[in-house]
Amino acid sequence: MALNQYLILSAFLFCCGVYGVLARRNGVLVLLSVELMLNAVNINLVAFAAFTRQIAGQVFALFVITIAAAEVGVGLAIVLLIYRNLRSPDLDRVDQLKG
Amino acid sequence: MLSNAWIIPLLPGLGFVAVLLFGKRLPRKGAELAVLTVGASFVLSCIVAVQWIQRVDDHTGKAAIGGFGRALLPTQEGGVTAVDRSFTWWQNANVRFGVGIHIDGLAVMMLFMVTLVSFLVHVYSTRYMQGDRRYTHYFALLNLFTASMLLLVVADNTLELLVAWELVGVCSFVLIGHWWEEKPNSDAAVKAFLTTRTGDVGLMIGVIVLFFAAGTFNIAVINAKALNGGIGHTLLVVSAACLLIGIIGKSGQFPLHTWLPDAMAGPTPVSALIHAATMVVAGVYLGARLYPVFFRGFSIGDGGLNAMALIGGVTIIIGAVLAFVQRDIKKVLAYSTISQLGYMVMALGVGAWVAAIFHLFTHAFFKSLLFLGAGSVSESGSHHSFDMKGDMGGLRKYMPITFTTFVIGSLALAGIFPLAGFWSKDEILVTAGQTGYTAFLYVGLIGAFLTAAYMTRTVYLTFFGEFRGHGEPHESPPTLTVPLIVLAVASVGAGFLNAEPLGIEKFRDWFEAGVSLPALQHPDFDTVKAVISVTIAVVGIGIAAYLWFQREELGPFRGLTQRNAAAGAGYRFLENKYYLDDLYEKVIVGGIKGPVAQASYWVNQHVIDGVVNAIGRGTAVAARETYDVIDQKVVDGAVNGLAETTGETGGLLRYVQSGRVQRYALTLFAAVGALSLALWLVY
Repeated sequence: MALNQYLILSAFLFCCGVYGVLARRNGVLVLLSVELMLNAVNINLVAFAAFTRQIAGQVFALFVITIAAAEVGVGLAIVLLIYRNLRSPDLDRVDQLKG
Repeated sequence: MLSNAWIIPLLPGLGFVAVLLFGKRLPRKGAELAVLTVGASFVLSCIVAVQWIQRVDDHTGKAAIGGFGRALLPTQEGGVTAVDRSFTWWQNANVRFGVGIHIDGLAVMMLFMVTLVSFLVHVYSTRYMQGDRRYTHYFALLNLFTASMLLLVVADNTLELLVAWELVGVCSFVLIGHWWEEKPNSDAAVKAFLTTRTGDVGLMIGVIVLFFAAGTFNIAVINAKALNGGIGHTLLVVSAACLLIGIIGKSGQFPLHTWLPDAMAGPTPVSALIHAATMVVAGVYLGARLYPVFFRGFSIGDGGLNAMALIGGVTIIIGAVLAFVQRDIKKVLAYSTISQLGYMVMALGVGAWVAAIFHLFTHAFFKSLLFLGAGSVSESGSHHSFDMKGDMGGLRKYMPITFTTFVIGSLALAGIFPLAGFWSKDEILVTAGQTGYTAFLYVGLIGAFLTAAYMTRTVYLTFFGEFRGHGEPHESPPTLTVPLIVLAVASVGAGFLNAEPLGIEKFRDWFEAGVSLPALQHPDFDTVKAVISVTIAVVGIGIAAYLWFQREELGPFRGLTQRNAAAGAGYRFLENKYYLDDLYEKVIVGGIKGPVAQASYWVNQHVIDGVVNAIGRGTAVAARETYDVIDQKVVDGAVNGLAETTGETGGLLRYVQSGRVQRYALTLFAAVGALSLALWLVY
């Protein structure tokens, strides 16, 4: 398989993630979209690691997965608090920092 | 301590500042601080005196094996050297302007005398000035007065001496005018200041001439050069004449003596200080300090007539005669001071240096005693009046301590054996007789006669007869009488420091040491002259006592001034003080006041006021323009513009701050996209 196919898949996934982050109003779904973006990057890293036959990319991918797990923990806690305070996961209503 | 004598003037100087700054907050309104600093100065002066005497004695070998060893050890070569210490104030090419101290016998004597009298006056003032409206102010200035006089005494160069001299003058001006709310007092202060200033011009010119003649301000160098012929004779004559004018102004010599009686307008302790320890003796001190200049300049050693002796002699007589026609006890004492200062100046003029400063020393004690006594009388006897004929009389019974001390002071002043005045006056007369100034010996004897007579009159009018005042006279409190007693003891004892017939010449040994002087003739005691002078004084007392004690049966003398035209004219002549005040005020001051004052008034009105008004108007216009254009438009515009711009920018930017995380993220992605696009386009 050529490297291109992996890169196209990765770009597609990343774009889905960006769209989800920017367009979805539900906090949980935004968090999911962030995961999509992270995994798109992981695919990129692993693909290049296989392509260049260097282990560093795979190690980076493992790190990203680990950090992503922690990030999801924090993110879910934030979303839960927002839900508890506003009785809704709608991110458009979280605009207390409006200037 | 000798080389640290600069602390002595410094202490009252610091006291002045401290009393001025914190005096009012202290429990005794600053008086304690003033008394403390002057007291400390007195103690230090005593230490200096003791160390100096030890230095002199070590030198002559006496102290080495006690008093009996005098003949066994030979005197060391050369005299005792003075202690000098100075630092450079500023230097201009080769000319060094220093500030420093020069401690020799003369300075040591003066330090002791000034601090002692000043300390007693301070103590006396704490009671005398009680409740005064400017009590703190008074003590601060008294301290400054003392400090200035002490600085004058220790000064090692003429410039420093001049500064201290002027400080003394300005302090006396302020203190004489202490109660300036009443016009005569402020007039007296102005008169004292301006009259002494007239003499100061002479002093200043003298200092300048001496500087160019000797190339230095240093007194020791000037004296040495004057002695060894380093300065030409003409220059010495000029500078001695100029300095003499300074002495005439400061020491109340004829014809500039008129300010001294008017200076009585000040508080009595100030009069005591001015007349005994500071101010007026500054002139005599100057004469003694720069004595070689006068000695060579006036050729005193040659025995001819000279200006200094002449001025002194004239002053003795005119001062003493005027003392007879005064009703005010302080004015009698003031004219007496003039007369006694005449003795000192005359003594300097006839070559009796030791006698002059010895008389200065003893006079300080009995004259301050008499002034403080007069103050005590006015405080407790005559309800703050000094009018002998109106408010005194018969006070002997009510004020025994004041009476006794006042009589001791009067006898000392009259020169009755064995009080202080006898020894010093006698030494002046004897020296005048032995240096070829016989005429001045007679002047001095006439002066002694007059002194004895007018003091008898004063004592009689004040203490004998019936009490003519009102109220209840009583003795003064101890704060006033203790200084009187101390001074009375000094007036009795001070003369024995130089009692030649008893073989004591301590005063000369101690205080002539270290002073650079020409070879002076030291007089031998003359019993005949002493007996004559005492007899004359006693006769003076006797005649005066006869005339005034027997006033009721005065017989031919009664109403003499009314009946006899010549006597009346003479009395009026004296009453008007030889018309000198009229001469000064009407002719000289009037002459200046008329045309010169009018001219300066015109200049003032038209030229100076015109310039001032033009400047004022110009400034007002410029200020308005500045306000309208620069302040309102430029400065305010800048400030307002800045504020408005900030506000508008903020208003625009607040739309960006929506608070929505997703919109921020959009911005983020858009920016990254834009940057990527830019990078892609560039590379």
